[in-house]
Amino acid sequence: MGLFELFKKKNSGDVAKDRLKLLLVSDRANCSPEMMEQIKNEIIQVISKYMDIDTEGLDIQITQTESEGSNGTVPALFANIPIKDIHHGK
Amino acid sequence: MSEVIVITSGKGGVGKTTTTANVGTGLAQLNKKVVLIDTDIGLRNLDVVMGLENRIVYNLVDVVEGNCRIKQALIKDKKYPELYLLPSAQTRDKTAVTPEQMQALIEELRQDFDYILLDCPAGIEQGFKNAIAGADRALVVTTPEVSAIRDADRIIGMLEANELKRIDLIVNRLRMDMVKRGDMMNVADVCDILAVNLIGAVPDDEHIVISTNQGEPLVGSDCLAGKAYENICHRILGEEVPFLDLEGKAGVFSKLKDLFRKN
Repeated sequence: MGLFELFKKKNSGDVAKDRLKLLLVSDRANCSPEMMEQIKNEIIQVISKYMDIDTEGLDIQITQTESEGSNGTVPALFANIPIKDIHHGK
Repeated sequence: MSEVIVITSGKGGVGKTTTTANVGTGLAQLNKKVVLIDTDIGLRNLDVVMGLENRIVYNLVDVVEGNCRIKQALIKDKKYPELYLLPSAQTRDKTAVTPEQMQALIEELRQDFDYILLDCPAGIEQGFKNAIAGADRALVVTTPEVSAIRDADRIIGMLEANELKRIDLIVNRLRMDMVKRGDMMNVADVCDILAVNLIGAVPDDEHIVISTNQGEPLVGSDCLAGKAYENICHRILGEEVPFLDLEGKAGVFSKLKDLFRKN
């Protein structure tokens, strides 16, 4: 019984661990959804001065990433900002 | 030289009261003078777990409001003459006591006891603030579940902000069969995530239910949970005790099953 299931899906203990890690990063950063929305809007304002960006497709979130030093994973703010068109010249 | 320890968790139902009763009784078994304070005003339970519910005359709120002296409200344990309980009030709420009043009460108790254990209510409101106000160190109890660990993380942050000298973690209700299967986080995972010192891992043990039914803490008895609580007490005193080998305790049958599963 166990063998096929083992390969089919991740153990629920690992699922719990992964969910928790992400949850705690945003909990510890004390970042409310309202604040994230505010950050998002200000990023749009700044970048729009230089590029035409897809404001609908813009996504920001706090996650964890491998640190370049040796201190394991560190929290990071990830922003995915699709560019529609780069403003040429002035 | 007394030490004040708050037992807290954030989430309810993870075993704060059971832990308080067993650690307190365990310290008394090691010849320490111990008082347990139930700070869960309105929802008192420590008296029941200790089996002392029929001896209550005065309670915490009576002491704070000056209706009686501390000595009149302290209930002596059935077995250990150096172990006392200060019960909570059942008919009042958390606002009946302030953090300053708790601090004053604890300062007075320090003169007579080696260890003062505070059973903290669930939540992060007034009851929690009262419980941690006079504490030197904390035992944070959690279970290997996402919700309990999340709340524990929040609590640890608040304890650090309140500058407690020491924060230790107890992972409670471990089911080693599930951990082995990979369907429950193991102790190392939990410690890793919360980044605090581990002081004990307590297996899920039906003896706990039986002991609670009877109102007699099981610390020191011949079962895994009893042994685990005993070890925690020794570690609180600063002794180095190796952690129980919970995984080695599997029966012959489950070992056989494991063997088949691997092949």
